[in-house]
Amino acid sequence: MMKQEVNTGGLMQNSWKLLGLLLVLYSLIWGMLGPVPKLFVLNETIRNLYYHVSMWFGMMAMMAVSLYHSIMYLSKGRIESDFKAEQFAHTGILLGLLGITTGSLWARFTWGGWWVNDPKLNGAAISLLIYFAYVILRGSLEEEQKRGRVAAVYNIFAFVLLMVFLMVYPRLNNVDSLHPGNGGNPAFSSYDLDSAMRLVFYPAVLGWILIGTWVALLGFRVKMLDYRRALESYNRPGENSTTL
Amino acid sequence: MKLLSAFLFFCLLSMPLLANTPAEPEMAEALRSSGKIYVVVLVIALVFVGLGIYLFRLDRKVSKLEKESQSDKS
Repeated sequence: MMKQEVNTGGLMQNSWKLLGLLLVLYSLIWGMLGPVPKLFVLNETIRNLYYHVSMWFGMMAMMAVSLYHSIMYLSKGRIESDFKAEQFAHTGILLGLLGITTGSLWARFTWGGWWVNDPKLNGAAISLLIYFAYVILRGSLEEEQKRGRVAAVYNIFAFVLLMVFLMVYPRLNNVDSLHPGNGGNPAFSSYDLDSAMRLVFYPAVLGWILIGTWVALLGFRVKMLDYRRALESYNRPGENSTTL
Repeated sequence: MKLLSAFLFFCLLSMPLLANTPAEPEMAEALRSSGKIYVVVLVIALVFVGLGIYLFRLDRKVSKLEKESQSDKS
């Protein structure tokens, strides 16, 4: 049924998109039905690992790709890189927002509050604010090259802070975190996280990264269409572009 | 004797506590054994497949626009 939809641009070119959808579909189905370790407090909510944590892995992947394109923009100066960096950051922010809301919901029923004073939560909130600032900064500059350069430099700075706030700071020894693998809590590997859970979690992460890439590239293509159209109408005599 | 009866008394007192602590974490076994979980999973899967089809349609529309803008130029 879905294969019929994949008839533009060749099957090979689109097969990774279908793969992303199928991986996530598999994680949705088997994540609900598959065996999970029986743990107190978590109970069935341990299944949220497949859905909540994969949002964050996806977000970090999107931000890494965004960083790559920002660096490419700074070295080559092509507008495509700037647009790609922007679109991947947007998709990353979307995944991050989904991660923080699902995490808050999960925390309400396992840790007892919508927001607990956990370094990973606060770090995630700060990182999201940093990326909001990226969007605002980029949107506030009109001139194309200046906007691209300032946004790219800021994006590098934002990614470093993201790594610090999500990966380094919660893992420091003198910091207490409820998240597994942080502040002396048992890590991912000792969730009893047997191969059964890994078998769902890793495909889910890969699937969401593929879908995120797809969505970001869709946004990028629309952006390029808009840009080219604006450029053409600007070059045409008698018409003035407002969207450039 | 007094000590033994006191011990037994406290044993009895702690009985309800024992009953309240389950031997193992509670999982949604009833939902699974009744088979209703499959209904939920099917709904989730359908919603997601619908979203996937929508994404492919969107992709195709963008491809069409790209082709049009390419042919406009040449």
